[in-house]
Amino acid sequence: MNELFVQIILGISIASVPLIFAATGELLVERSGVLNLGVEGMMIVGAITGFVVQFHFDNALLSLAAAIIAGMSIAAIFAFLTQIMLTNQVATGLALTLFGLGVSAFWGRAYSKVTVDRVDAINVPGLSDLPIVGPLVFSYDPLFYLSILMVILVWYFLNRTKKGLILRAIGDNHDAAHAIGHKVVRYRFIAILFGGAMAGIGGAYLSLVQVPIWVEGMTAGRGWISLALVVFASWQPFKVIVGAIIFGGITILQLHAQGFGVNVDAQYLSMLPYLMTIFVLVTLRIRIKSNTNRVMPSCLGKIFHSTQ
Amino acid sequence: MFKKLFINAIRLFLVASISFLAGGAIAAPTKAAFIYIGPTGDMGWTYQHDVGANYVKKHMGDDVEITTVESVEEGPDAERVMAQLANKGNEIIFTTSFGYMNPTLKAAKRFPNVKFEHATGYKRADNVSTYSARFYEGRHVIGKIAGRMTKSNVIGYIASFPIPEVIRGINASYLAAKSVNPDIQMKIVWVFSWFDPGKEADAAKAMIDQGADIIMQHTDSTAAMMMAEENGIYAFGQASDMGAFGPRAQLTAIIDDWGPYYLQRVRAVRDGTWESADTFDGVREGMVGFSPLSDQLPADVRAMALQAIGELAAGTLHPFTGPVNKQDGSPWLADGETPPMFPDLLTMDFYVEGIDSKIPQ
Amino acid sequence: MIRLQTRTDSSTLMVFFSPLLALILTAFSTFVVFFLAGVDGFGAFYVLFIEPLTSLYSFSEMLVKAAPLIMIALGLSIGFRAGVWNIGAEGQYVIGAVAGSAVGLYFYEVEGFWLLPLMSLVAIIAGMSYAGIAAFLRTKYQVNEILVTLMLTYVAILFLSAMVHGPLRDPDGFNFPESRLFHDSATLPIIWQGTRVHIGLAVAVILAFVSYFWINKHITGLQIKISGNAPRAAKFAGFDENKTVWLSLLVSGGVAGLAGVFEATGPIGQLVPHLPSGYGFTAIIVAFLARLNPIGIIFSALLIALTYIGGESAQITYDLPNSITSIFQGMLLFYFLACDILIRYKFVFTFYQRQ
Repeated sequence: MNELFVQIILGISIASVPLIFAATGELLVERSGVLNLGVEGMMIVGAITGFVVQFHFDNALLSLAAAIIAGMSIAAIFAFLTQIMLTNQVATGLALTLFGLGVSAFWGRAYSKVTVDRVDAINVPGLSDLPIVGPLVFSYDPLFYLSILMVILVWYFLNRTKKGLILRAIGDNHDAAHAIGHKVVRYRFIAILFGGAMAGIGGAYLSLVQVPIWVEGMTAGRGWISLALVVFASWQPFKVIVGAIIFGGITILQLHAQGFGVNVDAQYLSMLPYLMTIFVLVTLRIRIKSNTNRVMPSCLGKIFHSTQ
Repeated sequence: MFKKLFINAIRLFLVASISFLAGGAIAAPTKAAFIYIGPTGDMGWTYQHDVGANYVKKHMGDDVEITTVESVEEGPDAERVMAQLANKGNEIIFTTSFGYMNPTLKAAKRFPNVKFEHATGYKRADNVSTYSARFYEGRHVIGKIAGRMTKSNVIGYIASFPIPEVIRGINASYLAAKSVNPDIQMKIVWVFSWFDPGKEADAAKAMIDQGADIIMQHTDSTAAMMMAEENGIYAFGQASDMGAFGPRAQLTAIIDDWGPYYLQRVRAVRDGTWESADTFDGVREGMVGFSPLSDQLPADVRAMALQAIGELAAGTLHPFTGPVNKQDGSPWLADGETPPMFPDLLTMDFYVEGIDSKIPQ
Repeated sequence: MIRLQTRTDSSTLMVFFSPLLALILTAFSTFVVFFLAGVDGFGAFYVLFIEPLTSLYSFSEMLVKAAPLIMIALGLSIGFRAGVWNIGAEGQYVIGAVAGSAVGLYFYEVEGFWLLPLMSLVAIIAGMSYAGIAAFLRTKYQVNEILVTLMLTYVAILFLSAMVHGPLRDPDGFNFPESRLFHDSATLPIIWQGTRVHIGLAVAVILAFVSYFWINKHITGLQIKISGNAPRAAKFAGFDENKTVWLSLLVSGGVAGLAGVFEATGPIGQLVPHLPSGYGFTAIIVAFLARLNPIGIIFSALLIALTYIGGESAQITYDLPNSITSIFQGMLLFYFLACDILIRYKFVFTFYQRQ
């Protein structure tokens, strides 16, 4: 029973990795005041790029780097359009998703019949063999550890560094920040690129670790879920992990329940994560009603144009 | 003299050109089209249909012109794709998924001169045939192998949708496994999709965690096979030989061999002998086949499997042979009795006795 | 150095030129994509954009595809003007289809001209209620409607699946997850004999004109316009933001629901798990391409429908994947949004440092 419990936790953790990456990236972007709905597109571009590079070069580091660059490149389109050309963020983000899905499917045509070497788990000698704690803490693949590290780094950046403070200020009031002399566009542009990089890794995790094949549309809505996760986490990095685990967990638990013969109605159970997100959104609001603008970056989604 | 030569030359020319034209007219290729529900890269269901299409091309060469369209959604778009294909002169169109049933019928009405072949459906018309395979015969064989090869006595089954075809597969596998190993237990997980590698992998992992050491699937991707390979257990390829994704794990695969049937039907269109029919072939007719049995099988298991295949091929074995009760205990088949196609097999909506879980409603 | 500077007057030239510029840029980029894919650029271009217009059948199919796009985009545009982002039109479309179809299936034995209007009414109410959830949450708890409507979309699709696997499943259908085929009284009338063009198209066009007059002439329409462009001014004028939110979501939800039941009772003819084909999301693009103008929406919907039909043709003729349609639509929107900026802003070249 212990063994099963450990395996379930492992399974849930693996399912949450792409979500943690993508949501943490988007969190930084949204704290700077930009709403990028193109996460799904960026993730899937990362997935195909990582897969193609791994297929041709069989080098995990290279594939991940490629996925990062791919995510950043496509995010750059969004950044250019919304920050320089001042286009509407919602529409541009949707176009990005559509474009990303199309490009990845197009490129991936030639790669759907093959598989690649999975990026391996690491095993810390000795430590991994500790009962329960061993497998739970020490035998994930490196990307899992990286995702947690990124959460910590983003938290540290936002809350303990000067630049992070400036970014938050930009997200709350871009006009005031600009008046003080901070470069609003530059911060946001970089944040968007970061979001793209993270989404790229998140996507690559799907095609390189979870199931090492390429399938059109394999992100299956995880980009949208990551967007929800950011709000679920009230724009705070550590809560993203909680949310990701819940989302990842529901699917895995539902499958396990079926295995045990529990007569669950799969569809209704699958609705739970989404309903829960809405529920959490509401309860968050009720609790902090008095403190309304402490949570969402006030300038989220608004177009910034420095009038000169 | 030159005049005679000249006239003969003209005659020769006329005869030559007429025969050339006539020959050309007779030799015009038959246009056949295939509509797929997924990508040919699924290495499963759609891939095998494509293999079938290529078989036709190989055997008919220039006599046939084949068009394939991948990933056509089952909704209102399907009807339009069929109409486009018909408009482009295709004389026979194969629609390879159940969900194409009603669009196929509507298109058939619009184009009464085009022949339609609908896979796994149950509605026909003068120009619509249906065809499917007795996949449950394949399940019988792998069920027996599973029953003998499992050490934990837990078999995991990844199921797609609770439709009769899938339930037949589950029941056949279970009965076969149980017949060689009374202690086996079957865990069934429904993923509600024909093709979702992520979910299939998760489902496989969940069952492996719960002790399954053999995985069966009625879904289209290779994810479960890859999971089995990685976790050191066994699995069976579905619709196609998935050995490339599970060199050690795959004990054998059920192979859908559509080629000969497709060839026969396209030739019938060419000869003008095509008629609407309902085909439901199995091992005996060659529509259901198996990939080479794995070396991992001990000699006696191999012999058992080969014997079962032989009996199915000879027509002396029916996977559903009584005595069998339904899950609720009520009797279904008496001793030695085999069920009729309709309604028992075609509308099967019950588990057989011994399976613990319930069919999702 | 190049900068964007606000124009003193909106450029009228750009109003007409920018969509054209966007199309040209997209066409050029599409050629590049074809070239990279090793496909004959001109041939593919013809199949994608011209060929569907040459045959009566493809043209009629364009209309069939455009009808739900027009309807949903109209509803969405009202909200978008006011800054109310209904991203979940797909979910409202599905709920409307399920509710309306359920009524039609319930009266399976009964014929009567009143059935379709009843089904439509139920669908509208269902779509409105579903979108209303988001309106409620936004007005009462300030919860962002983008996420609520999006999450509810997933819920709606799962609900549809649960319905066709269970209560609404065809009892004579061998347990396959489909509903019965709708009987005559529950089938949408065809207005162009020999094609699939149904009454939904007429409804869509009428709604477009109604919408146009409402936005430009009716006081509520003007309120919506102003709320979007100058929210503080709107507040001063006493326009109730909450009312705008409710109105936008209810209207877009209702129209999406109607589009859903039309699609189910028209081209599909039954309730199937594949009902959601992305119209709710595509309609967002349609709305933006038309600059939220109701009459413009008719044209942008036709354009998008054209690319779908053409994309399918390209799939058949050139073995191009249908992802090419997504690439094209994404690029078109990118370029369009970018070129549109040129209406209110202009590029300014500065050759010296500003002090």
